[in-house]
Amino acid sequence: MQLPILSILIFFPVAGIGLLLFLNKENQRGLKIATMGIALVEFCFSLPLWFSFNGQTAAMQFVERRDWLPSYGISYYVGVDGFSLLLILLTTFLTPICVLATWEDIQHRVKEFMICLLALMSGMIGVFVSLDLFLFYVFWEVMLIPMYLLIGVWGNPARRVYAAIKFFLFTMFGSLLMLVAILVLYFHYGATTGTYTFDLLKMYGLNIPFHMQFWMFLAFGLAFAIKVPMFPFHTWLPDAHTEAPTVGSVILAAVLLKMGTYGFLRFNMPLFPQAAHYFVPLFSILALIGIIYGALVSMMQKDLKRLIAFSSVSHLGFVMLGLFTFTMPGVQGGIIQMINHGLSTGALFLIVGMIYERRHTRMIADFGGLSTPMPVYAAIFLIVSLSSIGLPGLNGFVGEFLILLGTFKTNKLYAVLGATGVIFAACYMLWMFQRVMFGEVTNDKNRDLKDLSWREIVIFAPLILFIVWIGVYPSTFLDKTKATTENFLAMMDKAKDTKVSLSQVFKGEAP
Amino acid sequence: MTLNIPSFQLSSIGPALTLTVTAILILLLDALSPKGRKGYFPQLSLAGLALATFQAIGLWGRTGTDFARMIYLDNFTFFFYLIFILGTALTVLLSRQYLEDYGKNLGEYYALLLFATVGMMLMAAGAHLIMIFLGLEIMSIAVYVLAGLFREDARSNEAALKYLILGSFASAFLLFGMAMLYGAAGGTLYLDDLAGRLAGASALQPLTLLSIALLVVGFGFKVASVPFHMWTPDVYEGAPTSVTAFMAVGVKAAAFAAFARVFFLAFLAMKVDWNMLLWVLAVATMTVGNVTAIAQTNIKRMLAYSSIAHAGYLLVALVAANQLGAVSLLYYLLAYTLMNLGAFGVVILVGRKRDSYLNIYDYSGLGFQHPALAAAMALFMFALAGIPPTMGFVGKFYIFSAAVKAGYIWLAILGVLNSLVSVFYYLRITVLMYMKPAEADLGPVLFTPAQTAVVAVTAFGVLWFGIFPGFLYDLAVNATKIFPGL
Repeated sequence: MQLPILSILIFFPVAGIGLLLFLNKENQRGLKIATMGIALVEFCFSLPLWFSFNGQTAAMQFVERRDWLPSYGISYYVGVDGFSLLLILLTTFLTPICVLATWEDIQHRVKEFMICLLALMSGMIGVFVSLDLFLFYVFWEVMLIPMYLLIGVWGNPARRVYAAIKFFLFTMFGSLLMLVAILVLYFHYGATTGTYTFDLLKMYGLNIPFHMQFWMFLAFGLAFAIKVPMFPFHTWLPDAHTEAPTVGSVILAAVLLKMGTYGFLRFNMPLFPQAAHYFVPLFSILALIGIIYGALVSMMQKDLKRLIAFSSVSHLGFVMLGLFTFTMPGVQGGIIQMINHGLSTGALFLIVGMIYERRHTRMIADFGGLSTPMPVYAAIFLIVSLSSIGLPGLNGFVGEFLILLGTFKTNKLYAVLGATGVIFAACYMLWMFQRVMFGEVTNDKNRDLKDLSWREIVIFAPLILFIVWIGVYPSTFLDKTKATTENFLAMMDKAKDTKVSLSQVFKGEAP
Repeated sequence: MTLNIPSFQLSSIGPALTLTVTAILILLLDALSPKGRKGYFPQLSLAGLALATFQAIGLWGRTGTDFARMIYLDNFTFFFYLIFILGTALTVLLSRQYLEDYGKNLGEYYALLLFATVGMMLMAAGAHLIMIFLGLEIMSIAVYVLAGLFREDARSNEAALKYLILGSFASAFLLFGMAMLYGAAGGTLYLDDLAGRLAGASALQPLTLLSIALLVVGFGFKVASVPFHMWTPDVYEGAPTSVTAFMAVGVKAAAFAAFARVFFLAFLAMKVDWNMLLWVLAVATMTVGNVTAIAQTNIKRMLAYSSIAHAGYLLVALVAANQLGAVSLLYYLLAYTLMNLGAFGVVILVGRKRDSYLNIYDYSGLGFQHPALAAAMALFMFALAGIPPTMGFVGKFYIFSAAVKAGYIWLAILGVLNSLVSVFYYLRITVLMYMKPAEADLGPVLFTPAQTAVVAVTAFGVLWFGIFPGFLYDLAVNATKIFPGL
């Protein structure tokens, strides 16, 4: 019998919480070490996923299935394919890094913080592996609570509560409408096939009338678009990112936002393929607005963290643009860009967090000339910034290039507009870098800043390793996703040429 | 003239009988026991409730009617017996210390609780509208008195008087509706016969419709649905907290039991006529309850408005009027019993001596002063808001499934949007507990074993049956087989 790796991945952090409950809350160091151990063990558990994953097939792997509520067609059904593999690994890879980053940052209520972190980890993995709509929804919601607490309890005192509630309500709004859509889908599937089930893969094959696809696509799409976040649903993001503690921002940017884009790939598009094709212009244009608007707003930010937060809107716009091309390079670029954004933006938030620990400010105007007292910091910051901009040889380039390639195949105008986003990215990142790192040290408080400690270098080393690896040899990762993407595209192609009009939708006629 | 007494089996009303005997015993012992030796009434009540539980479980699976077709014997009834017994038992456990602080740990309190429970049982079991009415009155009169238990307290008096006067009005409406129905159906009030008679007669008799409307008023009052909810906040706030918990849970469940039984059995043929009415009531109830709850700063008032909102969700299950709707009603009432009593348990524990801390701001900083208590409260709040993995989520999931299945997609959408509104005020409690510094040192909380046990048991139940809802779901499916038309 095969080991139930996915269940272990989901529930090991929960077991870890049980362990932490027995530790003395005064023993902060012990708590951190214990969490670090749990996170590392979890990472080791996730390695077999990578090594025994078969990239040649689009089928779900490591599948586990148990009845949960059989009379309702609900089962505990998990599995991994090319879409989720990298995201799971990203999650397990980043969590130990996050724990390491809390070493100095989190000094009060450490125990509760670590419990939230582990609960969040379990929830995130659950979201990525669920193949049952009910199970997915449960994880999707459960994961909100620890994140809400992370922002609200350990965030910036001034506005953390506002940001936490805004985050919670925005996400909840989308997901509740998605719940109704899930129910409609469930009963529609039951009515057409006679079996009632929440099994996602079975629903893929269902031929849903377009007027239903239209509304359900919008309901699911709203939930995911808020999470991504796409323009104009992005307003929770700058607040949540800025007010969250460093580690909260890292996880939020690196993993939570990916749930939105992953949701589009896993649920929205394959479930409602005709509607997905129908909505390509709308979503592409929203993605383009996100790219350009996010970049322009970034440029104007005075606060480093807010700048990075808005850059996320721009980067995620790229991902969405790529996914909605329904071409091989576009979708693969989108997937790899999700990982890239996780690595680069995660690293950027860590970088800002470290300077914040030293100076207790994040205002660009308070800095200047930091490269003199902190040369190692400057080098790492530069590499990560360049990766975020998309310099060839680093990871960002691969993702953005593939996305633009895919977009160019389908719509040249979108590609041209999207490409401006890369230029803007160079503008805001380099300008920010110049103001923070170069020139004379103008503020005396910055003169004697300590450079990075060993612990901090260890945090960045693995991140930079993968930033370069993906930049130089992306095939390692693309190969794993190839078969799944091909299968996905074949599924989408079947629904390509449906001619529909809005009047049919409102009259409820099936084409 | 010969008096014909139909044969009957006392065991058919075993649980109700046991509780009645226990209540009378408590009253007698109260009169006979010397002062200062009256502390054993809670234990005695619990013993009676335990016996009643065994009887109810023993009855499980029986079908038919008894007492000249006045009482139904079916799993629907027994399921509700268990809900009432659970609610009452948890209330008894919560009460003792709370009442002792007020010097009100009286025998009649427990006797009245048990009498009210008997009334609820008769409501759920009633096979004849007069039986349902009698049950409702037994319950209501006991609860009127309970609401005014603190007779030195002006608010408690106000609560009792308000509840009595408005409640009598509602009962009159209900009775008037029954009278009209008697005429419309040609002289019967047996639920079994009503369905046939009403369907047989030309369906749209104005008299029938009027009687349906009056019954909706009567039941709507008891479940606290808008626009018959005006009494709720004042009564909930003024009544002793343990009584409030009892009212929010037991009275609502009993009223819904009768509501569902009457409408699903007798009025099913006229579904189209009352569906729209209940649709509007459901939306109004959810919306008014949730929106008004946002503005509350007294935790009891907040929970009162939240209970109005929950009545709205339960009405959605009635509107759906399908098998799943009935199942979801049962499941949700059980879930609501657990999460609401748990929440009130925390309110009583935090409120401490004579309800000194009832403002929501008194919960500031609780999260790190009393982590376990705050975690339980947070769990109840998330459950009431319908966030997984709790019973509250599963219950809402069932209810909205039922609505979608019946084709009421808009109702489901309005329902989930209302949940979103409710998230706001439930979250506020967690915000206060975890994200705000304590305004003053809360001081020690007296964790009496009984009250702590209530909080722990309900918290565990809310979580356990939220993750593994299968058992209760199957039980509820079994219990709702009595509605063949659904």
